[in-house]
Amino acid sequence: MADTQAAVQLDRVSRHYQMGESSVRAVDDVSFSVATGEYLALLGSSGSGKSTLLNLMAGLDRPTSGSIFANGKNLASLSPLDLARYRRNTIGMIFQSFNLLPRMTLEENVELPLRLAEVDHSERAGRVREALERVRLTHRFGHRPAELSGGEQQRVAIARALANRPKILLADEPTGNLDSATGEAILSLLRGLQTQLGMTIVMVTHERPLAERFADRLATMGDGKLLSISLVTQGAAQ
Amino acid sequence: MKPRDLTDLAMRNLREAILRNALTTLGVAVGVASLVAMLSLGVGLQQMASKRLSQSGLFDTIFVTPKNNFRGMGRPQREVVSDKPPRPLDEDARHQFENLPNVIEVYPQVRFYTEVRFNNKPYATVVAGMPDSSRNSGAFDGMQGNFFSSTAADEAILQIEFAKELSDKPPSLIGQNLTLRYAERQALPPSTSDPSSNGDSAGGFSVVPKELRLKIIGIVETEPAAGYGGIGNARLLMPLQTASTLRAAQVNDLRDIVRGSGTSKTTYSSLSVRAKSPSLVAPLEASIKNMGFNAFSLLDASKSLQTFFSVFDSLLGIFGSLALAVATLGIVNTLVMAILERRREIGVLKALGAADSDVQQLFFVEAGVMGLLGGIFGVGFGWLLGRTITLGTNLYLKRQNLNPIELSYVPWWLVISGLIFAVVVSLLAGLYPASRAAKLNPVDALRYE
Repeated sequence: MADTQAAVQLDRVSRHYQMGESSVRAVDDVSFSVATGEYLALLGSSGSGKSTLLNLMAGLDRPTSGSIFANGKNLASLSPLDLARYRRNTIGMIFQSFNLLPRMTLEENVELPLRLAEVDHSERAGRVREALERVRLTHRFGHRPAELSGGEQQRVAIARALANRPKILLADEPTGNLDSATGEAILSLLRGLQTQLGMTIVMVTHERPLAERFADRLATMGDGKLLSISLVTQGAAQ
Repeated sequence: MKPRDLTDLAMRNLREAILRNALTTLGVAVGVASLVAMLSLGVGLQQMASKRLSQSGLFDTIFVTPKNNFRGMGRPQREVVSDKPPRPLDEDARHQFENLPNVIEVYPQVRFYTEVRFNNKPYATVVAGMPDSSRNSGAFDGMQGNFFSSTAADEAILQIEFAKELSDKPPSLIGQNLTLRYAERQALPPSTSDPSSNGDSAGGFSVVPKELRLKIIGIVETEPAAGYGGIGNARLLMPLQTASTLRAAQVNDLRDIVRGSGTSKTTYSSLSVRAKSPSLVAPLEASIKNMGFNAFSLLDASKSLQTFFSVFDSLLGIFGSLALAVATLGIVNTLVMAILERRREIGVLKALGAADSDVQQLFFVEAGVMGLLGGIFGVGFGWLLGRTITLGTNLYLKRQNLNPIELSYVPWWLVISGLIFAVVVSLLAGLYPASRAAKLNPVDALRYE
């Protein structure tokens, strides 16, 4: 049964890959839920299955078994088209390497999800400006990604993720390509957005100290299993 | 995605690899150009042949003879001759034909072999009377000089080969006179020994040599209705009415006398019945046959000509399409390369919510745009190629002192179908790359460096 209070609920989720003769259990029987408006950090070493789990929550991949409820729907049973709609309307995603389209300006990059969601042309400029204002980048409107610093590029990626006003923001190592000061600034921006917009954030990271400072809860993965999940104590956050 | 956004993104992608996409588009253009040029030559040749044939008046004319007309030496009779005397081809019959639906005109064949004197030298030739309607048949288009000033003028139009016999400089003949020497038929007085005679019947005719001066007013390349229902190509043409009043002895006269069918009433050895269009010839031919005459037309020949050109055009189309087939491989190659290059971008699009169909449509539009642009340029190149071939041919013809021809012709249907064909073929070529791009796993695509 889906928890109506949860933004995302995972129930015995597994994702196995066939690698030649052997089967790799990238995610193995993981269950937990993320409450609406919560900021959850998924921690773990490389290959622990945290990114695979994030992709499953994003509807980019389907579990081998188990169910993922988001928005009251089981992602595992959605059609490919409905899954695309879910990614378009419910989810915003940011990546370690920003994944901006290099030949498009900032404005055009942020507009891209609005095009996919078939938002009216007249409404788009306002939505793009609003998203870029939230990440404080309106002054670089017509620039291309290559003309920006890493931190600025990640802010554009956040603006792009916010353009369709998603309920859930999924971040895959958002600070991985940034220096520590810039990384901190990005996480602080995410925290601010979560508070302002009441968004649910799930962030994959391997930087425990940063996660402890900004997230509400920490989930630790190892060998595809959920090792622990705990609230961040006030003391640890300090 | 909305069509406008789809087109915008596709155009962006095409501009991104401008050289490669331009070369692919050029490949399509060359393919379409070869197809259009080939077909334009086919259409041009067909038009030329049809025009010449319609100018000849062969396909809208029914040639009518009396039922028991000899069909030529050694040829079998088509129908069994009945005991009833055949219906004469006289004025009554002519009026009946004129009153049939869809008949433009009915005229007798006046055609006789005779002598022409020019500059006191004799020349032998066949003379033919031309009905006034032949003025508009197109056969006299491009002639030197003018058509007959009136239906009964003492004027002559010469066939070019005959004109060359008369003078080294044929155009200088126009305005000069020649003398036609012919044998006039004069009916003999009614036979007094025939008790049944009521004065109508004539036993025969005598032949009196006569002369007529004709002014040369024009020179034409070919005679309309050449070689059909007559005794070979006429090389001197004169107005039908003038020719008829000469009462010149014709080839069938002796036969009619021998057969004893001669009467003092005007009878025709043959009549030509012109229909409004070739498609109306068949029913007309049937009704004339029902009236008790022999009727022939060359409609079947026209049908086999159409069949020949459909086959000819299909062959040209197949050869022309070969280049386009190669061009489609170019499109497949370009788009497959684009998938490899834009793998990560496809992943990003999917992560942002693009459905498989969005990605598929994007590649489709790119293929379609390349096809459309290739088609537009290709039709242009094809037209130009056809013009160049025509120009080259005409230069050659000019050197040979021959008249220019329109070898290639690009009708509207060829322009439109060339464009549609280019787009459809390009979309088909885009089918595989588009579906491959759509099926790309977003997780793998995002991981791709």
